[in-house]
Amino acid sequence: MAQKTAKATPALGVDAGTAKDLLHQMMLIRRFEEKAGENYALGKIGGFLHLSIGEEAVAVGVTSMLREDDYAISTYREHGHALAKGVDPKRAMAELFGRRDGLSKGKGGSMHLFDKTVNFLGGHAIVGSHLPLAAGVGFAIKYRGGDQVIVCYFGDGAVPEGEFHEALNLAALWKLPVIFMCENNRYAMGTSLERALAQTEIYKFGQTYNIPCEPVDGMDVLAIREATARAVEHARRDKLPSLLEARTYRFRGHSMRDPAGAVYRTKEEVEKEKLRDPIVLFRDRAIGAGALTEEDLKAIEKDVNDIIDEAVAFADASPEPDPEELFTDIYKD
Amino acid sequence: MAVMTYREALNLALREEMHRDERVFVIGEEVGLYEGAYKVTQGLLKEFGPKRIVDTPIAESGFTGVGIGAAMVGLRPVVEMMTFNFALLALDQIVNTAAKMNYMSGGQYPIPIVVRGPGGPAHQLAAQHSQSMESYFYHVPGLKVVRPSTPMDAKGLLKSAIRDDNPVIFIESETLYAVKGEVPDDPEFTIPLGQAVVRREGTDVTVIAYMGMMYRAMEAAEALEKEGISVEIVDPRTLRPMDEKTIVGSVRKTHRAVVVEAGAGFAGMGSEIASFITERAFDDLDAPVERVTGANAPMPYARNLEKLKTPTKEKIVDAIKRVCYVNGS
Repeated sequence: MAQKTAKATPALGVDAGTAKDLLHQMMLIRRFEEKAGENYALGKIGGFLHLSIGEEAVAVGVTSMLREDDYAISTYREHGHALAKGVDPKRAMAELFGRRDGLSKGKGGSMHLFDKTVNFLGGHAIVGSHLPLAAGVGFAIKYRGGDQVIVCYFGDGAVPEGEFHEALNLAALWKLPVIFMCENNRYAMGTSLERALAQTEIYKFGQTYNIPCEPVDGMDVLAIREATARAVEHARRDKLPSLLEARTYRFRGHSMRDPAGAVYRTKEEVEKEKLRDPIVLFRDRAIGAGALTEEDLKAIEKDVNDIIDEAVAFADASPEPDPEELFTDIYKD
Repeated sequence: MAVMTYREALNLALREEMHRDERVFVIGEEVGLYEGAYKVTQGLLKEFGPKRIVDTPIAESGFTGVGIGAAMVGLRPVVEMMTFNFALLALDQIVNTAAKMNYMSGGQYPIPIVVRGPGGPAHQLAAQHSQSMESYFYHVPGLKVVRPSTPMDAKGLLKSAIRDDNPVIFIESETLYAVKGEVPDDPEFTIPLGQAVVRREGTDVTVIAYMGMMYRAMEAAEALEKEGISVEIVDPRTLRPMDEKTIVGSVRKTHRAVVVEAGAGFAGMGSEIASFITERAFDDLDAPVERVTGANAPMPYARNLEKLKTPTKEKIVDAIKRVCYVNGS
């Protein structure tokens, strides 16, 4: 996505084209999830729906530093990671609707978005379980002598799990090109960091496993890009894993069944965090630096709204899966 | 045909498949330098090097997940469980991830992985190291489950498992590693998954048994031959998918069935087999299907108690006599 020929706006550190792309992607994810929330309320989407509203800078900042042939793998709060990696919003929305044209033909749902065409290795909904998978993808890259990397997104809730430690140890021991990207939004469902971890500075677990590690402002898409750039270099050049801890915040509840998220955190806290909305922060910076105009902003808004309206219409028009799909894909013939 | 041990047959299958396909690698505890806790991987590190024979720390969930992740992007891992008892630490990876990935992704990510190692009752290893593990896996759609009883099956089925595009749970036995038998020399010899075999032909009763229980059933059949009872023995070899056709076909011929399993009987393999025989061949049955199962207790250590836990030849003989309505049982 980076337009390397254009000149960087000095105050921003990225050129105007990149700035527009970053904002476009963050707004696209925001709009996708707002619409998903609306359609959940309408009964068009069922089950669990976990929104990442407030955390968009991580997905967009990280992905903007990857190559197309790099891999990403994520949790059940993965809409943003999938969209940033290049998943078609229409097919993602159709999957949320449980329809035939969904990425997984409607058999995965919100928590299990997969798209092989863009190397998006899924939404995994058992906390911690996909961290060893990321190490396995890193293993395979190295086995083949490739120079791709894999980014593994997970929340602070995965850190007390054994698989976090097993995966970090194996990736460090075997020097695998894995970027462990912890989105620390401070609450594992309703359990705050302080109630879950003896070491709340999550990046420091990287020191334990002797790998590069750093905390990063998860509300600042440019800071995410810089930290990711370092991690990508470690992975691609030195075949070294990294642990990044993006300090972020989810503005919505854990899922749609926790709409306010108010039992375990105060309204004041949520309102205060919303003042650091990653989209607003970057938008204002980009406008201030002259990389974006009000007209650009309006054009992005319109484009994003059109794309998501089209995605919802596409999902709604897509038929339900055929009954025989119940028994397909259990085994590959 | 060459005569070799069950252990050597597995080793040969691994070697042949690794030569055949660069994507195949072996990963697990002590598989390389130590050459396998039960020496199944003997010589492989020397032959293939540490890139393809991967020693791991004790982290079953972690290295099983590594295998699954590698399988997602095109490799074909063979994950060794030092014993299948330890696979419970990786049960989430196997059941929630490997078994369901192809389904959850709408067919985008099949997982060609083999998880293999010994399981089932062994000798005085007590409750945590001596138990039938297949029941934890065969319930799960998306998994295939293999229990090979002979060296020939060990080789032919392991090769098929490695070539299969789905997760295959392949449970061997400590008690069979030293068993010798004939194994075809042809490196293209395989046995398809999901095919039972008639181990012994008979006319009066069908006994369905696998692994150590198959050998005990064979002893029972030989003893009963002298008493004029002709026993047919069917070995399912693959528990999922189950070759119901061969088993039901045999029962239709003999009109009687006894299922033997080493595991505790409650909701066991015997329950499932007895159930489909009853559903599909009820009118052909001359007696209720009998199950001979392990006791509903954990495996005790003491020798005398251990003997009471697992089905004996005598118990199998008694059950066969009961379904044949032979007096004295």
